[in-house]
Amino acid sequence: MSEPLGAVGLVLVVAVVLVAIFAGVVARHSPIALAPIDRFQAPSEAHLMGTDNLGRDLFARVVYGSRIALSISLGATLLSLLLGVTTGLIAGYGPRWLDNALLLVFDALKSFPTVMLALALVTLVGPSLQAVILVVIISAAPSYARMARTQTLSVRHAEFVLAERSLGAGSGRIIATHILPNIIGPILIVASMDIPVVVAIEAGMSFLGLGVRPPTPSWGSILNDGFSYIRESPWPVIAGGLPIIITTLGFTFLGEALRDTFDPKRSGSR
Amino acid sequence: MAAPALLVEHLDLAYRTEGGRLHALRDVSLEVAPGEIVGIVGESGCGKSSLIQAILRLMPTNARIERGRIALAGTDLLQLDPEAMRKLRGDRISVVFQDPMTALNPVLSIGRQMMDIQYRRSGGQAAKRARAVEMLRRVRLPDPERRLNQFPHEFSGGMRQRIAIAMALMAEPALLIADEPTTALDATLELATIELLKTLQREIGCAILFVSHHLGVIAELCDRVNVMYAGEVVETGDIRSVFHNPRHPYTQRLLACDPARMAERSRRLPTIPGDLPDLVNLPTGCVFADRCPAVFEPCRQAPPDFYPLAGDRAARCYLAREEVAP
Repeated sequence: MSEPLGAVGLVLVVAVVLVAIFAGVVARHSPIALAPIDRFQAPSEAHLMGTDNLGRDLFARVVYGSRIALSISLGATLLSLLLGVTTGLIAGYGPRWLDNALLLVFDALKSFPTVMLALALVTLVGPSLQAVILVVIISAAPSYARMARTQTLSVRHAEFVLAERSLGAGSGRIIATHILPNIIGPILIVASMDIPVVVAIEAGMSFLGLGVRPPTPSWGSILNDGFSYIRESPWPVIAGGLPIIITTLGFTFLGEALRDTFDPKRSGSR
Repeated sequence: MAAPALLVEHLDLAYRTEGGRLHALRDVSLEVAPGEIVGIVGESGCGKSSLIQAILRLMPTNARIERGRIALAGTDLLQLDPEAMRKLRGDRISVVFQDPMTALNPVLSIGRQMMDIQYRRSGGQAAKRARAVEMLRRVRLPDPERRLNQFPHEFSGGMRQRIAIAMALMAEPALLIADEPTTALDATLELATIELLKTLQREIGCAILFVSHHLGVIAELCDRVNVMYAGEVVETGDIRSVFHNPRHPYTQRLLACDPARMAERSRRLPTIPGDLPDLVNLPTGCVFADRCPAVFEPCRQAPPDFYPLAGDRAARCYLAREEVAP
């Protein structure tokens, strides 16, 4: 990869992923152990990022928070892809009436503003990890479905599809082995660029108290706790904000580099 | 006598269009005996592609077969349910398409594609791979083992067409439909591909329905030929007599327009004056009447029948009727 920013992005993403996997090794303290005597400490050798209003080690909370951030962003994106691409393929390859019906569903889902949707949904089912994932799926899957549908429409009349049909391939075989590999590339790149958005959605929902329940550490809830006590100590806000910035930047750089590398229209200008 | 590999009888096909019903095929009958190579020749828009799509039952959704019968080795294709028809395609009946550049999936290696279309065969991956290699060897593709892992863009047009032929013949079908398979190739490759088809046809013993607008290719390859014009078969017969003694005025004009057959040099290439008739509002008489040099009174009144001629020939022209009438 010739992109310096892409390389930076890759390093950041790999770092965050490693931290999430080896959270138990990286953090020396428990992310949920209370120590009210040690509240609002500045960074020190014992507490690399200081402590929060309940004396919990902020570094440990940030490190364990990466697990929530990554599992939700990757998990929800994968589920959205699975759902979106499958329905998109069906809409693009199926009969006209099914296409119209599915398009209506995609557009209806897409027209909900994400924050409103999150508020409404959490009111219904209560704040939880699943609620966050559901919000992400509802807001992201229709875009993937629309992309998959458009690409399928352009590939389904290609001569090789006709050739395969005349050699006896059924619809399932054509969709799975011939259309999907032709359309999946651009969608994967868009999805990789959506990951930082999902990280922000998770942090935002947790910040608003709509995401994972305390005491589970999430970057958004760290930020929110720090926000309430900003006059006592700036460290919780910094500890909550920094990983969000690093992770979203990392995924954004990586996603853009991927897009530039695989997009034939852009590669000509360099 | 065994049932013909392909029998089409009185086939009528129409498209529903915004302008009305478009009669793309009218009363088309043709026969391909087992192991025979039969040509279909005609200019663009004469219904060649509609006919192929109808035989394969892969017609656009606005097309309907209104009359007639299509039988493959005695099986009536129009009576089969879609699943049975799908099973037949690629197994008993196969197709090679015109453009080798687009007939292969660009993102899958040819080995993957050739192994994938053998899904009906039992046997493991190794056996399927061996079969793919064997077919590539039969179409004279050099170094097939290594090339199996390459992608379509790594092959030349001629090679891709041979790969497409290998894929179509994989199941040794009873009938191969070749839809202008040499049109996108240059002259030398065209000849090589024809030789290859001839050889493979002898080895496998399949019948071939060869569609082209190139008279020379048809003459080179086929045993018999059907000349199509505006959705009708206007003349049929063995290749030699049709080419040397054409009976339908359209065939005569078509042959006269073939640059390869022109006796002397000329600044302008000959053409047949006039246009194809409007297939939505058909003329009352013969479809070729407006362009026919020999047009006479009956041609304007009712469309001629397909009149049989001596030597297993037939022509859709009143002149032919005059001839056979006692």
